[in-house]
Amino acid sequence: MLGTANATAEPLELALYARDAGVAEGHAVAVCWPATGAQLAAAVRVARAHGRPFVVRGSGTGLAGGATPLGDPVVIVTTRLDRILEVDARSRVAWVEPGVLNLDLSRAVRHLGLHYAPDPSSQQACTIGGNVGTNAGGPHCLAYGVTSAHVLAVEVVLPDGEVALLGGLAPDEPGYDLRGCFVGSEGTMGAATRIAVRLTPDPPEVATMLCAFASVEDAAATVSETIASGVLPAALEMMDAPITRAVEDFVGAGYPRDAQAVLLVEVDGLPAGVAEQAAQVEAIARAHGATAVRTAADEAERALLWKGRKSAFGAIARIAPDYYLHDAVVPRTRLVEVLGEIARIAAAHRLLVMNVFHAGDGNLHPLIVFDGREPGTWQRVRAAGTAILEACLDAGGVLTGEHGVGVEKRDLMPRLFGPDDLDAQARLRDAFDPDGAANPMKVLPRGSRCGELQRVPEGTWI
Amino acid sequence: MDLTPLQEAVASARTVVAVGARTQWRIGEPVAPDAAVVRAPAGVVRHEPADMTVTVGAGTPFGDLDRVLAAAGQECPLDPADPRATVGGVLAAGLSGLRRLRLGPLRDLVLEVRVVLGDGRVVKGGGPTVKNVTGYDLPRLYVGSLGTLGVLAQVTLRCRPRPTVSRWCRAPEPPPAGTRPSAVLWDGERVQVCFEGVRADVDAQCRGLPEIDGPVLPAGAHRGRISVPPGAVRPLAASLAALRGLRWCAQLGVGTVHVATDDVPALVAAREAAHAHGGWLLCEQGAPGLPAFGRPLPNAALMRRVKDAFDPDGKFAPGRLPLAGAPAAGARA
Repeated sequence: MLGTANATAEPLELALYARDAGVAEGHAVAVCWPATGAQLAAAVRVARAHGRPFVVRGSGTGLAGGATPLGDPVVIVTTRLDRILEVDARSRVAWVEPGVLNLDLSRAVRHLGLHYAPDPSSQQACTIGGNVGTNAGGPHCLAYGVTSAHVLAVEVVLPDGEVALLGGLAPDEPGYDLRGCFVGSEGTMGAATRIAVRLTPDPPEVATMLCAFASVEDAAATVSETIASGVLPAALEMMDAPITRAVEDFVGAGYPRDAQAVLLVEVDGLPAGVAEQAAQVEAIARAHGATAVRTAADEAERALLWKGRKSAFGAIARIAPDYYLHDAVVPRTRLVEVLGEIARIAAAHRLLVMNVFHAGDGNLHPLIVFDGREPGTWQRVRAAGTAILEACLDAGGVLTGEHGVGVEKRDLMPRLFGPDDLDAQARLRDAFDPDGAANPMKVLPRGSRCGELQRVPEGTWI
Repeated sequence: MDLTPLQEAVASARTVVAVGARTQWRIGEPVAPDAAVVRAPAGVVRHEPADMTVTVGAGTPFGDLDRVLAAAGQECPLDPADPRATVGGVLAAGLSGLRRLRLGPLRDLVLEVRVVLGDGRVVKGGGPTVKNVTGYDLPRLYVGSLGTLGVLAQVTLRCRPRPTVSRWCRAPEPPPAGTRPSAVLWDGERVQVCFEGVRADVDAQCRGLPEIDGPVLPAGAHRGRISVPPGAVRPLAASLAALRGLRWCAQLGVGTVHVATDDVPALVAAREAAHAHGGWLLCEQGAPGLPAFGRPLPNAALMRRVKDAFDPDGKFAPGRLPLAGAPAAGARA
């Protein structure tokens, strides 16, 4: 049905799909590129008929190994499913195929005064289908919510090959929120073939501010007080000194090189509310010793400020050949102490860590930069990464805010969830995928099902 | 919060129904009358104003929660019609309030749930932070589950700044583009609109419009809630307007249409109109004997498997959700 041109088992091609943008590596037995939803469904059925699991992937920008093929699966690539099927400006809904790139959707509806709100840093490259898989976030999710808040319905191929429409355009579909279960399930509940997303009207007024500080503590305290004061910014991003300088060298966004930390704050809405909130943010920043507060004068300056933030990861290449990007969330009231702890951990492991993150919702992205060619470095990077996650959990945080669990954090799940909690999650997954055929060995560690460890393996001599 | 009494009550009963304030008791099919009544604990466990999160016992009346949050200049827009409704009840019923247009649906407000399962175990899903994708999304699964997957015992909710001004106005037509209403209600003749925010913005949007005390929704002995794609509201309205004795009011931009009547046949006809426009009519009040949903639930087989995964003995709210192949209540107890 797919034709030989759209599927391969050539070892060299398979190797290209052995991992995503994370570090975990796997192995696919075949890769295919369906061009229609029916072909995607057929690919799932063919894989199952041959006793193979399947892994669906978009652009492979995921950082947690969610698209790493484990269990010798068939990899189904959605990049050819890249059509925007329908845009209903009046109802503010678009139907898209899973391979549509995140930014392409916003570009396609810009002339209507609309956009697609979730805006991960990889939005030029990542697909909406992949965003649905990880329940992706982005700077503007602070006010507008992560992917799940923007997905109204998903047509999916369930792991048994059946096609089902989960959710719908009507506001209250009766029964369980299967759509909500599917979004963020990291490909373990089936494959999306069509997605209905909510489009967000562009705000009538936007103010984008850059606040510079002489210490990370002052910046973090400004974040906490801004949230506590009742301002709900559209975005509230923080960058520490090393990343600020790297970005400035890279794109010349006008960030102050002497600052120890900068905040990029955006407030939007109606004119008076924007003016009031911008004034509030500025007052709070100045009360915490901001050395400079600058508001973008026009759209060009605003775009430049954002370009700096979104180029952060590209800028790292100028400092060291490798980086390991983490993703964890802590309560916003604990930012100051957790950032201090991260600095201590990095120092103890003789590593450079940079921080560029969604401060407004406590979503940390500690970035360890290093040269992997130096012997022993990887071990230190891994040890420091685990210690950082532990510190976040100890502060009442969670393992991931937007990248997903994948394989990277799978075995840390018991740090956050007890055996009964994991058992419940495993039961939910099994309801969708009783054979464990969809993206096996992801999200939940082995032994999540109650009694799983006690079960006598098939063929055991007893 | 001590959940032990609830755990024991659940574990020792053959079938169980969690009860809040019974303000939305008509939602879903009737529960088997012999199910043991249990109640989730009430009280605010922890409000973190600087994090804008609040943890409460699911039995907490919404009004109590709202008072605590208001004292800190915050709110959690669960927005039940009756403030005596409990947090757990509102979430289990899953019906969003009138401000959904701007503030989003209920399901996006829940960060963490603690649920008592049939054998008395407590299961946690989600997490306490405002952003979290760690593991499967149990909080959203429980919103709208009508108490059929376990008893919601304790929840952590997202809060937001309480608007300085919140004002309802009457208007001749829906507000123009460029405004940011929290709700736009339309009954075919007039519009009721809610604006919120700082005073200058609210004043500018309300200019020339008469202020009203609050929204008026259709009244009647028998009430229902239609849910259609938002683009279908106007064609649906044309069908509803032709029904004698039916009063209706639509949430424009959302797709929820509140209907009320004193004659059950009018509600039945409204349901047929809803189906014709790709939607549903859920019975909310009265209408004795009228099926709660009116059509088989979508994906019932998959929902059945989810139900069995969390409630293998059919212990919770037996009868509430009509899923094919239901085991007899308490079959394996």
